[in-house]
Amino acid sequence: MLAVASGGGHWIQLLRIGPAFQDCDVTFVTTHESYRSQVVGYRFLTVTDSNLSTKLRLLKTAFEIAWIIATERPEIVASTGAAPGYFALLLGHLFGARTIWLDSIANVDQLSVSGRRIGRCADLWLTQWPDLAKAGGPYYVGSVL
Amino acid sequence: MIFVTVGTQGSFDRLIRAVDEWAGVRGRSDIFAQIGPSDFRPRHIRSAPFVGADEFKKHVEVANLIIAHAGMGSIITALELGKRIVVMPRRADLGEHRNDHQIATARRLSENGRIFSAMDRQELHKRLDDLQNPTTSERLNSETSSDLIRAIRTFIEAKNIRSDDKGCRRDSPGRMPRVVHQPASDASRTVKRS
Repeated sequence: MLAVASGGGHWIQLLRIGPAFQDCDVTFVTTHESYRSQVVGYRFLTVTDSNLSTKLRLLKTAFEIAWIIATERPEIVASTGAAPGYFALLLGHLFGARTIWLDSIANVDQLSVSGRRIGRCADLWLTQWPDLAKAGGPYYVGSVL
Repeated sequence: MIFVTVGTQGSFDRLIRAVDEWAGVRGRSDIFAQIGPSDFRPRHIRSAPFVGADEFKKHVEVANLIIAHAGMGSIITALELGKRIVVMPRRADLGEHRNDHQIATARRLSENGRIFSAMDRQELHKRLDDLQNPTTSERLNSETSSDLIRAIRTFIEAKNIRSDDKGCRRDSPGRMPRVVHQPASDASRTVKRS
């Protein structure tokens, strides 16, 4: 299993759903080396941080994620966002992995840009706010708070 | 002790200036701020551009009040450790973020009483004055909503569940057939089954 999140809130939310990954062979992917100590005992990889306003870096992140997907060949890809998680679900899906997207709880009024676009590649597509849930997804089952 | 943080997305001088002013007026010398990559040098509070994840947690642990941008990393860490937190959302029109989602986050989470929010300098100063009496808020349960954990767990364990495939595979004949559809109510049904 590949568990992917950008730094900051995305990463903390990924750790908060960690209990669901019990007994899985998890590789964590994030954007800050300093988080390694929080997932001792698991494989841990970092990729370039990027977002919609850093187009070139976005490309770099995509290539790094592609390499990780190709070498790790995960059966499941899970992410709480943002850009690295988007690429991981997209490419993981193409490689036949089952995918989980939990949109960040920070997105109160509308889904994140990546969360909206990733819906069609997410086998389990979740929002953390009931009023953002829709038939066909994203679904609401609870939040990290 | 007060810990101030602007998170990992870059500087947020409007917040640091406001806290620095307040510290000067109130004579507080027990404030430490993580200010991001900023040229602004606060006069009354100690600061560092970044702190590592472990150190960040330690700062939150020793503080009795957290002041932050309205980022979920800061908010969740404060709530997990049972600390009161005042947030000031970053604004897109001032170039503090790409969009205004922090305003919505701050509004929603302060409505249900989990956090305090302040939109600007004046409001922040007022909040800080109001919060002088040291009390702790209830610690956030260290575990996420059990329904959420169970839904994800059930999905992971059920090897053949795929939700309605809306796009990526539509034009790929010969791909794995969809075994199970997940209509709107399915997530909760899976939860009950386990």
